[in-house]
Amino acid sequence: MIRFAAVTKSYRVNGADVSALHPVDLEIAPGEVFGIIGHSGAGKSTLLRLINLLERPSSGQVFVSGKDVTHAEGAELRGLRRRIGMIFQHFNLLSSRTVAQNVAFPLELHGHADTAGRVRELLALVGLSEHADKYPAQLSGGQKQRVGIARALASKPEILLCDEATSALDPQTTASVLELLADINEKLGLTIVLITHEMDVIRRVCDRVAVLDAGRVVESGSVADVFLHPQHPTTRRFVAEAEHEEGRGPDYSGVTGRLFRLSFRGDTTYAPLLSQVVRDTGVEYNLLAGRIERIKSMPYGQLTLAMRGDNLEAALEQLRSAGVDIEDIAR
Amino acid sequence: MNPFLHSLFPNIDWVEIAQACLDTLVMLGGSLLFTVATGLPLGVSLFLTARGQLHAKPRLYGVMSLLVNVLRSVPFIILMILLIPLTKALTGVSIGIRGAIVPLVIGAAPFFARLVETALREVDRGVIEASQAMGATTWQIVRRVLLPEARAGLIASATVTAVALVGYTAMGGIVGAGGLGALAYQYGYNGYKPDYMLVTVTLLIVLVQILQMLGDHLVQRYSRR
Ligand SMILES: Nc1ncnc2c1ncn2[C@@H]1O[C@H](COP(=O)(O)OP(=O)(O)OP(=O)(O)O)[C@@H](O)[C@H]1O
Ligand SMILES: [Mg+2]
Repeated sequence: MIRFAAVTKSYRVNGADVSALHPVDLEIAPGEVFGIIGHSGAGKSTLLRLINLLERPSSGQVFVSGKDVTHAEGAELRGLRRRIGMIFQHFNLLSSRTVAQNVAFPLELHGHADTAGRVRELLALVGLSEHADKYPAQLSGGQKQRVGIARALASKPEILLCDEATSALDPQTTASVLELLADINEKLGLTIVLITHEMDVIRRVCDRVAVLDAGRVVESGSVADVFLHPQHPTTRRFVAEAEHEEGRGPDYSGVTGRLFRLSFRGDTTYAPLLSQVVRDTGVEYNLLAGRIERIKSMPYGQLTLAMRGDNLEAALEQLRSAGVDIEDIAR
Repeated sequence: MNPFLHSLFPNIDWVEIAQACLDTLVMLGGSLLFTVATGLPLGVSLFLTARGQLHAKPRLYGVMSLLVNVLRSVPFIILMILLIPLTKALTGVSIGIRGAIVPLVIGAAPFFARLVETALREVDRGVIEASQAMGATTWQIVRRVLLPEARAGLIASATVTAVALVGYTAMGGIVGAGGLGALAYQYGYNGYKPDYMLVTVTLLIVLVQILQMLGDHLVQRYSRR
């Protein structure tokens, strides 16, 4: 659906070239929710804006639906942009227009007939039917973002770009907007590219994720893989933040036995695996930390255990064969 | 004529005053119309071609900006005299109500254009960018985004310009443009009839007040922030 081929971007600042993106190669599949996470200044917005060419790459190519769009101009560019919706951190609604008129805006731009019917449909989709005649200044942040989403969907795009769409919202509103995005992705089958600096946002809605650090993709893959087994230090930090484990890790120095982190995914999360294994092998364990959550709709669990006993290896093998992922934690 | 008014303002010919009021309003209305008609596109062009904007053309911007600055720095009374040949070519008369409109517009349009440029810069960049992302053409952005979003600011700019124009028309009176300014100068200053001065100045103040109140009211009505 979207492919970056050795894309770089540098900005000229005070006569010097500042590199915002080092060669980036990335492919985003049709219908998936793809997350890009990184710290402030990592180049997330730059990367996202290359897709609808609000920025031009300094080198490399950008493909959308298999077509090289790197040098699109004029009518071709506007046609491309019509197929790509975008929502923003600060909503960017027209303050002089009502909610309904805002949603009608892209339709007017492209000479669409039956604007009113389409607007009604879209406002119903985002749950704002009663607010059609209000002005943006009269809405809450969450409502404004819903207007932004309705507006972005008006011209039936194939791709939706979200630039920190929930960063200006409180946690509860964030959750409801993310739910709406997931819903849209499912119902309309459109590809969503979402950038954020919160791993929690990625965990809730994304299928795959790329971690951007100082203009480079340092890690990418399925959210479950990246979330449960972060490799790069930046990724680890994001995951730790999402788990509210900021600062130094816990101190297990007084614990006897070997330390393991067990990751369960999907159905194994709710199976009584551990007690089964303990019964079968007679190993002992100490539960040090644990939690069960969801990645998008898939449940997962992570337990930190101290284990000891003669049949330790057999126990680990039994867990592995049941689909549990085991990490040896050195202390 | 009302004997009371007559005793208060012994020298005044009220028919003449009424005619002068009408002349001032015609000059103001006509010049404001043409000032907006020329200053708005000029202001939009200034905005679009400035560095970092939608159609950044630093050279063109520099030229337009210089022209605006030059016209704005020439005192209006001098501009009026300098423009007599042009006025004559355009309107057939060198001065009078119709003739005054040419220098009034040339004096006020650059001023208005600058105010328009400033008002447009107040429009949220993000909104312009969102419109671009939706595939809007520059013309569509100007018509449907910039002008409506800046509407309150533009009305305020037009109000300030209208008030400045009232002052210009009065100045125009000195070189024979007619209207209230002419009366004040002719009778009030040269003829030394202080009641003329008083009445004409009062009427000018009232006119400015009305314009300002009207402008403020419209700004209020179109503010959506
Ligand atoms: N128009 C520009 N001119 C110069 N430098 C820029 C410009 N836009 C971005 N940059 C630089 O490029 C780098 C990446 O910026 P970008 O906006 O993509 O970061 P980001 O990951 O979106 O950050 P944030 O989370 O703060 O939005 C930064 O170092 C920034 O200073
Ligand atoms: Mg950003």
